[in-house]
Amino acid sequence: MSVLADSGLVAAKDLRIEVRSRVTITQILPFGVMVLLLFAFALDPDRGRLAAVAPGLFWVAVMLAALLAVGRSFAIEGANGARDGLRLSGIDGAAVFLGKTAAIAVQLVLLEILLGLGVAVLYGIEVTSVPLLVAAGLAATAGLAATGTLFGVLAAGSRQRETLLPLLLLPVITPIMLGATRAFESGLGGDPAEGWPWVALLGAFGCLYLAIGVLAFGALWEDA
Amino acid sequence: MADLPLVHLCDVVSLIGRFPALAGVDLDVAVGEVVLITGPNGAGKTTLLRVIAGLAPVVRGEVIVDGSDLVADRGAARHGLALVGHDTFCYDDLTARENLRFAARASGADRAVADAALERCGLARQADVTHGGLSAGQRRRLALGVGLVREPRLWLLDEPHAGLDARGRALLDGIVTGAAASGATVLLASHELALTRPLATREVTLAGGRVTSSTDLRPTAAADLSADQGAGERAR
Repeated sequence: MSVLADSGLVAAKDLRIEVRSRVTITQILPFGVMVLLLFAFALDPDRGRLAAVAPGLFWVAVMLAALLAVGRSFAIEGANGARDGLRLSGIDGAAVFLGKTAAIAVQLVLLEILLGLGVAVLYGIEVTSVPLLVAAGLAATAGLAATGTLFGVLAAGSRQRETLLPLLLLPVITPIMLGATRAFESGLGGDPAEGWPWVALLGAFGCLYLAIGVLAFGALWEDA
Repeated sequence: MADLPLVHLCDVVSLIGRFPALAGVDLDVAVGEVVLITGPNGAGKTTLLRVIAGLAPVVRGEVIVDGSDLVADRGAARHGLALVGHDTFCYDDLTARENLRFAARASGADRAVADAALERCGLARQADVTHGGLSAGQRRRLALGVGLVREPRLWLLDEPHAGLDARGRALLDGIVTGAAASGATVLLASHELALTRPLATREVTLAGGRVTSSTDLRPTAAADLSADQGAGERAR
């Protein structure tokens, strides 16, 4: 099969497992909502201040949820030697990378929609450009999923994987957090024209990490 | 080309941590052989099978599987190979049918192959039960099914009788004898010699990460050996 067909097979498998286990809905989503609530309490229920920091808080919540989703994606490969089975199956490492990235991205998009509704209700935000928010959200999600998958496989081979993944991933996704927050600030009450350059940066970053993942994931996957 | 062994290991060293699980293994396995790997715990049996499957690191030596250098091209060497080991290689949240269909599609086979394997493993009634909901014996049979869907030329079986009931053992024996009859090659590591010796054509013993003996188990060889011993005793 082609790399794209194989990646679709891996993505469908991961998503089927998530739908059946309901970890995304019953654990990761509530975790993200709790993060939003805690920030709301911590920053005082001053609606003006919350609306101003809403973009940053939204992406912090998404980032923390993404850490859980990435960890979960590789945890399912650790049980019953499934990772060895996938390696033996003949599916190319690039296809595994793209499939896992796609599955994580789908989960993150779902989370972002639900968390976005939560932010709108809790923080009282004003939307000035829906296309900008959608474009920034998709570009940032692609970047988060790609970097998460790439660094997730690095951490997967370690006994300290739970603590190693955030240590490896957080510094690398700083440009994504910065770009996504700035773009969302422009789309939520700011000037939308100022947000599009950040979307371009997010797109470039996502493409870069997708390319690195396609090239490097196979070797990392074999050694995980 | 016909004389080339399907599996060729030369001076293979493999480490688990810093411990040399294999410390210079030389082994050739011809097409169609059923080789029983024996030895005490820690002898290197599981590592040997994992090295041949490309799942354990080789720090020295040469591993050729079906003409492909495992160190240079794992993908080609793994093609047409099935490993049934201590793990089932299945996903807990997928059903037996879904696990087999995923394994089949990943190997380039279609759904019919997966469904046939489900029937052959005697898991048709548990087709929609998740792997996590199967009994230990049923999981072992499902693991054999995952091997079946790959339609392998080389079977690597690690303690294959463990956890299997009489029906599962019959299935396993059928797979081994069927594989041998169809020209496939089987390496099986086992402590259950009474069950596995009748299936094997050769017994290779490992100790301390090295091959210490290789014994031909074919009936003709045994008969020749008996005849030789009888002639020797008559001569005395």
